[in-house]
Amino acid sequence: MTVELGNTGIRIHQSRIRLKYNWWLGNVGTKFYQELRDRSKILGIKCVECQHVYVPPKENCPKCFRRMEKWEELGATGTLKNFTVVHYSVPLIQPQKPPFGLGIIQLDGADSGFIHFLGEMAPKNIKVGMRVEAVFREKREGNLLDIKYFRPAQI
Amino acid sequence: MHKVAIVGVAQTKYERISPYSHEEMTFEVTTKALEDAEMTIEDIDNSVTCCNDFWDGRTISCMGITESTGSSRVPTTNVEGDGTYGLLMGLMRILSGHFKNTLVVAQSKGSIGMPALITNAIFDPLYERILGLDAINTAALQARSYMMRYGITEEQCAKVSVKNHKNAKANPYAQLPLDITVQEVLKSRMLAEPIKLLDTSPISDGACAIILEEESVAKKRPKKPIWIKGVGHCTDTYHLGDRELSGVSVLQSAAQKAFHMAGIQAPKKEIDVAEVYDAFSYMELMWMEGLGFCERGGGGALIDSGITEMGGSLPVNPSGGVLSAHPVLAAGLARVAEAVLQLRGEAGARQVAGAKVALAHGIEGACAQGHCVFVLGS
Repeated sequence: MTVELGNTGIRIHQSRIRLKYNWWLGNVGTKFYQELRDRSKILGIKCVECQHVYVPPKENCPKCFRRMEKWEELGATGTLKNFTVVHYSVPLIQPQKPPFGLGIIQLDGADSGFIHFLGEMAPKNIKVGMRVEAVFREKREGNLLDIKYFRPAQI
Repeated sequence: MHKVAIVGVAQTKYERISPYSHEEMTFEVTTKALEDAEMTIEDIDNSVTCCNDFWDGRTISCMGITESTGSSRVPTTNVEGDGTYGLLMGLMRILSGHFKNTLVVAQSKGSIGMPALITNAIFDPLYERILGLDAINTAALQARSYMMRYGITEEQCAKVSVKNHKNAKANPYAQLPLDITVQEVLKSRMLAEPIKLLDTSPISDGACAIILEEESVAKKRPKKPIWIKGVGHCTDTYHLGDRELSGVSVLQSAAQKAFHMAGIQAPKKEIDVAEVYDAFSYMELMWMEGLGFCERGGGGALIDSGITEMGGSLPVNPSGGVLSAHPVLAAGLARVAEAVLQLRGEAGARQVAGAKVALAHGIEGACAQGHCVFVLGS
């Protein structure tokens, strides 16, 4: 569709690209997602050389390149290392309605940061260093959103 | 390293919605860069374009500007990354010994697509994209990480925005020349805490072209050749959760390579002017540290000191920087173009008097995953 912009006489052609993709999870991603779905468990993977546990898990270590094969079952609790509260709305990419909290969580037993939503906490109460715990959905599909969000850890 | 100089530069006026198409923008800067160098398209023996498929809405997007950059006539390649990386490729092509010059053209029109969706697509579809991460909310994470670590304040970040928008008033190419105060920045609309609207670069359309030539030919051009004294680049790991977001080791590594090549030992003293990639206000403070213009954690104190203002001992972003115009891919090349104008003495109202050594910096990826640093000298 060709459109004129105001009185400028400038014409633009409006269209869209609709693309579907089937992204491969790889063996590591498959196992990670299956454990989320089937057992509500968060799995990390350890580089035995660097002694570093990554979550989400990956094929090989970003630091030393070696293939990683040692799986670690992590807790659902961790420490909030960083966060933001998103105030702008882009419905096409945001599964949550703003304002919503996004946090980087260091899960107990992991060394890397795990990014996810923050829930059951008012934005002004979010504090770096607070203890948080994952809340899983009742119906899980086998992806990152099987975790609904992280909320303040209930002792 | 053999000597290679920049002999021609051109930029479009940067705008939120440019009336010009990709072809028109790139034809304009290609033609003007050739005029600037007093060359014709027949003189060009190869080209490097910087185009990105998502931003242009075209697979192998560089094909869309093949004709308008004269690239259908010569060996051409595309660098799908910031213009500084395109310049690096252009430099390497000459250093290979196979080419005497390279035309480098970088462009994008942020107005044609949906930038939030495009930057969302930077991220891993399985673990990051699915959360709605984009350039702004991830920058917010980096900003908080940096500010928490070193006690940098929102006011200090706001000062960068005030400085750069004010500097933009002297730059005819800039999109957002503004007279604003720190208070106005702090009160501007919150996007993702702690980043507010006036801490953020705009969506822009624009293009930039630079012509490089090797020494023997460059010396014959009418304008003073501006020499590439040093270059360095370095890239961090990809997944945000694996990165040290508050650190600048990656930039430091890139900068040190460039300084070493250029024979620079004390960057703060020896660099006369710097153009850095301030996509967000906090970033300029971080980059000051990574470039060695202050110690780690000293970015806030540096902006407070006034050293990086126009009139200070090391003006940063006299052009207004990326905060004042952010044509993706072109913005890094524009930093180089601005540095060239400074060293030629052609920077008009934004001229830093007597500038002889300049630094230009570009980034790529989310939260500046990669950095590319150039040192230029007259």
